[in-house]
Amino acid sequence: MSVDVQSIRRLFPALHQEVNGKPLIYFDNAATTQKPLSVMEALQTYYKQDNANIHRGAHTLADRATIQFEAVRESIRGFLGAKESAEIIFTKGTTEGINLVAKTFGKKFIAKGDEILISTMEHHSNIVPWQMLCEETGASLKIIPITTEGELIWEEFERLLSAKTKLVSIVHASNALGTINPVKRIIAAAHEVGAKVLLDGAQATSHLEVDVLDLDCDFLVFSAHKLYGPTSLGVLYGKRNLLEQMPPFLGGGEMIREVSFEKTTYNDIPFKFEAGTPGIAEVISFGPALDFINGLGKKSIMAHEIELLTYAAQHLQHIKGITLVGTAAEKVSVLSFTVEGMHPFDVGQLLDAKGIAVRTGHHCTQPLMKRLGIEGTVRASFAVYNTKAEIDVFAEGVAQLARLKNR
Amino acid sequence: MNSILDIQEEIVSEFEILGDDKESTIFYIMELGNSLDPFPEEERKEENIIKGCQSKVWLTAQFIEGKCHFSADSNTDITKGLISLLIRVYNRRSPEEILGNELTFLQRIGMGNILGSQRSNGLASMIQQMKRYALAFKTKQLSTHGNEGI
Repeated sequence: MSVDVQSIRRLFPALHQEVNGKPLIYFDNAATTQKPLSVMEALQTYYKQDNANIHRGAHTLADRATIQFEAVRESIRGFLGAKESAEIIFTKGTTEGINLVAKTFGKKFIAKGDEILISTMEHHSNIVPWQMLCEETGASLKIIPITTEGELIWEEFERLLSAKTKLVSIVHASNALGTINPVKRIIAAAHEVGAKVLLDGAQATSHLEVDVLDLDCDFLVFSAHKLYGPTSLGVLYGKRNLLEQMPPFLGGGEMIREVSFEKTTYNDIPFKFEAGTPGIAEVISFGPALDFINGLGKKSIMAHEIELLTYAAQHLQHIKGITLVGTAAEKVSVLSFTVEGMHPFDVGQLLDAKGIAVRTGHHCTQPLMKRLGIEGTVRASFAVYNTKAEIDVFAEGVAQLARLKNR
Repeated sequence: MNSILDIQEEIVSEFEILGDDKESTIFYIMELGNSLDPFPEEERKEENIIKGCQSKVWLTAQFIEGKCHFSADSNTDITKGLISLLIRVYNRRSPEEILGNELTFLQRIGMGNILGSQRSNGLASMIQQMKRYALAFKTKQLSTHGNEGI
């Protein structure tokens, strides 16, 4: 079913403004999406009438806040197809989710001589925590190479996978290139050698159907703000048997069962990993964001976005001086490119002057840029509220800039 | 030679002609970069880099007959244009002139709004580095004179 973009756009106040005297064209959705009114209203309603600290409150407001908070945990469970809501842990974002796993799963299950497998196209947040863990434990980090098009080299992955591999931590969809990795196959192959798999779902979760039971991933992390939700909120899904064996991440309130100066016992999951007061308002306002996605259906969202991606790629590839970066067969709606003779930063700034918001630079994937032999790219990324008319303006703008240096 | 103050006035009036169209202002800045003297290849090395998040700047300075001589380059056209403005103001000035005059033209042009915060921070680092050179030359000059006095 196709989506009704014009009525969707009406739900997003931020889209209706001028930037530098031009109508805003927001193509930086892989960095963060704009938020629908329902999310803002939920934030406001919470603070206006329900604000209270959750769990263990003996009063009505605390109870209301707790019920709404836990209802969103249940919505996320359904969204991911997880078995139980106790496997849904709230974090600050994808980065914290990965660090949590590195510090806890890593501490318990990874030792000297073990190997952790990641790929060349990882975001820094799926590189650095593992480097830190390797430094602490003496484990080593192995990198799955990619092709020039931006796809994993399967044979190399199989070659690197061994009984030494304890964890494969891989991006589901690349933030810099858009490549969708064959994660189901990766997970099956990793499980065969006894390795666990963490999926970095920061980019994929808003576009692709993600069913954690069907995929059989051990961990999945993502951020709410890339799914039309609030900032500073993320989700870590983990299988119960692993989460139970892992030591806590942070110590403090909420995560304990009993504290004495002699010994403290820890709470059950998910609370064991949720020390301190969480982002209650953020969690509660993420509910309507999920409703928004579920209401449209990911299939329809993806179909619209891929139509935009294909349309934009067709326009750009014919412009003299433009090189598309990342041309994998399976992609989410990320279009990375370079303009001959122009630094991506300059391109971004000139597009901004035309009211067009894109991201430029290495996209926190410096090793990937090095592999591709470039300093950075200009990245346009599309969401469900973007239109072909916006791509027309964007493509014309890019063509005009490319002509400056490529007559 | 016009004073630092005069040059700043000149630049401000040149930008006033452009009005408040951001795009043509950026194009103008990019064009200004073409006026920079070619940067010596051998100076394009790590120790001469002022690193921003996205753009790189190479800056060298020499002290000749009491004046600071700057040479610079960047890997982005907009940054090159910005450097050319700084060089236009600071080149062939004594350390005292550089250290004793505040740069007001950037604020008066509204460069912060044109560039955004990332590049504005980079620009501030460039100015700081040029002033550091000026201070180093001044210190060196003083100590040399001091020695002569002994």
